Amino acid sequence: MESGDTKRKHYLNIENTPQSWLLTLDHKRIGILYLVTILLFFFLGGVAAVLFRLELLTPDAHLVEHETYNRLFTMHGVTMIFFFLIPSIPAVLGNFLLPIMIGARDMAFPRINLASWYVFTAGGLFGLAAIVFGGVDTGWTFYTPYSSTYANSNVILAALGIFIAGFASIMTGLNFIVTIHKMRAPGLTWFRLPLFIWGQYATAIIMILGTPVIAITVLLVGIERLFGVGIFDPAIGGDPLLFQHLFWFYSHPAVYIMILPGMGVISEVIACFSRKRIFGYHVVAFSSLAIAILGFFVWGHHMFVSSQSMYAGMIFSILSFLVAIPSAIKVFNWTATLYKGSISLDTPMLYALGFIGLFTIGGLTGLFLATMAINIHVHDTYFVVAHFHYVMVGGMLMAFLGGIHFWWPKMFGRMYPEAWGRFAAIVIFVGFNLTFFPQFILGYLGMPRRYHVYPEEFQVLNVMSTAGASILGAGYLMVFVYLVWSLFKGRRSVSNPWCAAGLEWRVSSPPPQHNFKKAPVVDRDAYDYTDEDVYKSDYDSGGTSDG
Amino acid sequence: MDIGIPLFPEQASDLARDVDMLFFFLIAVSMFFVFLIGALLIYFIVKFRRRSNADRPDATRSHAGLEIAWTVIPLILTMIMFVWGAVLFFKQSRPPSDAMEILVVGKQWMWKIQHPTGHTEINELHVPLGQPVKLNMTSEDVIHSFYVPAFRVKMDVLPGRYTTAWFTPNRTGRFHLFCAEYCGTEHSKMVGSVNVLTPVEYERWLAGEVGDTPADTPVEAGRRLFTQLGCATCHHPDAGALGPDLAGVFGSEVTLADGRTVVADEDYLRQSILDPRATLVDGYEPIMPTFRGLVNEQQLMQLISYIKSLGDAGETGEGM
Amino acid sequence: MAETETSHPDHLAHHFDSVEQQRESASFGMWLFIAQEIMFFGGLFLGYIVYRIKYPMAFATGSNLLSIEWGAFNTAVLIGSSLTMALAVRAAQTGNNRLIIRWILATMLLGSVFLGVKVVEYKDKYDHQLVAGPMFEFDADYVLEREAVPAVYADDIDVHDPQFGSNVHLFYSFYFVMTGMHALHMIIGIGVMIWLLVKAYRKRFGPDYYSPVEMTGLYWHFVDIVWIFLFPMLYLMGRH
Repeated sequence: MESGDTKRKHYLNIENTPQSWLLTLDHKRIGILYLVTILLFFFLGGVAAVLFRLELLTPDAHLVEHETYNRLFTMHGVTMIFFFLIPSIPAVLGNFLLPIMIGARDMAFPRINLASWYVFTAGGLFGLAAIVFGGVDTGWTFYTPYSSTYANSNVILAALGIFIAGFASIMTGLNFIVTIHKMRAPGLTWFRLPLFIWGQYATAIIMILGTPVIAITVLLVGIERLFGVGIFDPAIGGDPLLFQHLFWFYSHPAVYIMILPGMGVISEVIACFSRKRIFGYHVVAFSSLAIAILGFFVWGHHMFVSSQSMYAGMIFSILSFLVAIPSAIKVFNWTATLYKGSISLDTPMLYALGFIGLFTIGGLTGLFLATMAINIHVHDTYFVVAHFHYVMVGGMLMAFLGGIHFWWPKMFGRMYPEAWGRFAAIVIFVGFNLTFFPQFILGYLGMPRRYHVYPEEFQVLNVMSTAGASILGAGYLMVFVYLVWSLFKGRRSVSNPWCAAGLEWRVSSPPPQHNFKKAPVVDRDAYDYTDEDVYKSDYDSGGTSDG
Repeated sequence: MDIGIPLFPEQASDLARDVDMLFFFLIAVSMFFVFLIGALLIYFIVKFRRRSNADRPDATRSHAGLEIAWTVIPLILTMIMFVWGAVLFFKQSRPPSDAMEILVVGKQWMWKIQHPTGHTEINELHVPLGQPVKLNMTSEDVIHSFYVPAFRVKMDVLPGRYTTAWFTPNRTGRFHLFCAEYCGTEHSKMVGSVNVLTPVEYERWLAGEVGDTPADTPVEAGRRLFTQLGCATCHHPDAGALGPDLAGVFGSEVTLADGRTVVADEDYLRQSILDPRATLVDGYEPIMPTFRGLVNEQQLMQLISYIKSLGDAGETGEGM
Repeated sequence: MAETETSHPDHLAHHFDSVEQQRESASFGMWLFIAQEIMFFGGLFLGYIVYRIKYPMAFATGSNLLSIEWGAFNTAVLIGSSLTMALAVRAAQTGNNRLIIRWILATMLLGSVFLGVKVVEYKDKYDHQLVAGPMFEFDADYVLEREAVPAVYADDIDVHDPQFGSNVHLFYSFYFVMTGMHALHMIIGIGVMIWLLVKAYRKRFGPDYYSPVEMTGLYWHFVDIVWIFLFPMLYLMGRH
């Protein structure tokens, strides 16, 4: 086997000095840098979650004080959203795969790509500093006037961190759009693109048009605190609701940054492990764009009880229902793809199936929140918490893990242990449901979110949730351990271990430094599993070393 | 059946029942789709697992009929949810005209409540059974949110403006009152309870047998402030008064100096007291000074209550 | 399209197939960057408009305290700098190195003049305690002396009302944040031009490689256009 030859030069072993990593312009290495960085933040956010879940075992404060509790859930929200989920699939898998999948040698702007990682890391350091110097207690939503005037914590540092990290997001989005438009291989027309690319494209639109709005918004909060220049200060006539409008104008679309790339991954995995083209390819592709565009016009559904006008509420409600339709269409199409497929339940497929189930629940509970009369009752309760964890963790994180397993052999040239993989996937699925399903009930019972102490009747459900969280944590830990183990001891992978269609499987594993010696010519649709070529495991087309 | 785990919240208002009906409809729709998708996934996985020798002729790539069906059916279902939810929301947003008005001021981290009779309470709210109650709310500092799960009622409480919420309790008992909008360190201690009493018990409570002794009613306190602050020197019904007569002004349409016509609601009155020139009534000189800083939120509410009470004295039927 | 590495000039990055593809990518990327800039300033403009409608009198008064002469002068300077920038791009396309340097220097000079005038204006606000923040102190007498209250509102406004002063403060919060952000963008633009000058001295630009100059030009025109919106919104609206 060619790929078993340790002498072969690829992107990982071509040079291994610190500066060859820190100054690399190779999109694959930048993807790996991002992977390492966001794992650190995932760990931090996870530790915070473990601590406050433990605290919530009992109705009274027994582990931490109010101040600490508030800092913990803020730290969890800020790190998980801004420093883990938003960059997770785009910046790691997107950076690594996007150029290869479209037959390009790199992103359109490799320097901007590297800069985005530095900017992200710098933003992350501000976030870390905010935590180290005592934390932030505003919640990840930074509502004014609490954040701008009343909070006595490191709001400025955290706001700056988010502001800076936002530019990393913009740079990544910009790179993706230009690369997809201008760098596709000959013959790779728009409707031959893998759906992963469509997902990244839709995400990039949101990154470019949404992120600057949150950037200016948190900057204004920072300026208000730092220089006393009040924009949201009610004392001089400022309107705290303006902040909410600006904040959700980004942060609702940002929810789609945290799901669209995941949907892309799921399309790839389902096609490969049922050996079929995704049912209704065009519809699935366009539904991503529909979500990205409609997603900009539904922010007001976060403000039904904020004293927003009833009529504005109605418009936001109906638009929120509309944005649910493309998501439903995707779920139906994925399910239909399995029909008459040839299905194997490898680890990535287990994650993909888990994704469909959990995302369906997350999406359907979104309808409850879009229904104004019910929203009044469940707004700012655990129902909302459960809903967005079903979408972001049950959806995006499952997709991220599925994608990591699917492309692990491509990224590192080693296979992860399959049995452990399946076991961990099931543990995570069970742990997840045990953690978050009780929270739907808690929410409808009326337990408000961000509560440190709570009435006694909520305890049993909280204990279940905490028990689930420990199982979930154990599952993640398991994945982490065997993946690291496999880096050194895993079986070496061939170029195309899954017999998958797609250009990324035509280059060797790990890919050579410049991906393709010669731009590949594409003459067929995506997911063409009727083609016999796909089943040949090694057929590098000029994918060997090009120095 | 009591398994020790609460699964469903108490219903203690008429609205709660309506909201729960809608909730059950959504649950039914959701269950249908979860089981449909789940059953299909499992069936396909078993039937078309790789080792099975199921019939796999050239599979269809797409099917326009199916795509239309699973676009249109969810669309129709969601539109039913929307209309139902919106109709109910309008009901939730519009208090009936015979509602008893209670003043609520939120501050870090307590609820200050004043009854029309003048009784003040902190973190406790006593209301009579079957009587619609309207809450006029504002905040002294950050954003809070007044939430009574058993009534399915929630409304944000903001600094610098008034919001309202209403409910008609239909069960006696003691129910949780929560602050639902994160408001700082002791957010989770900004809780209290709503006590629904029978009308007789409520009268007893008012009479002081239970609870604290009443102070002035908001209307009386407002009347006293009205005199103390000298409002009456300009706002009186005689000809030649420097300010408009306030009898019957609440709820009426007012033409402003800049030509706008506005309805004189609580927010308008509040702004007129705090920033008189911004809402100058047509035909009057801008001589009224601002009372910002001279009156606190509670006193503002009392003044407004007093002005509202004048509505009945003026033209009956006009006042709300 | 399929053939690669036939000729690979120095300025063609390894991952592009052709100079054409590289140039198109750069220009497309720049337009996307400008799109995000529009959203960035859009948030500020939206906030400004909301408050302007809410407090028309205080905002008009605050606006009248600004110097329309300096503002108009700066507008002219900035439009002039857009012209010199466009000429620099033209010079790069024709490969005239001497002209590139001359026009870029002219653009930098005009940009600096704009910033200089801004400093003078800020200084004036500082002298009258109109700088937003803790040192803001609303001086009703100064407002009356400058006759800043628009005549149509003169009867409705009590300049001694502290709330009115607060709302003027809000106007100045926006004034400093918006013009400050704009000035920051100009400073960044001038910084980029220094890099262009270095490249121009090394004779890097020519008919087949002028993207950096062109992209800087696009950026500079964008910054210019932001001012074209800022000037009427901050200085002109509600003048007497």
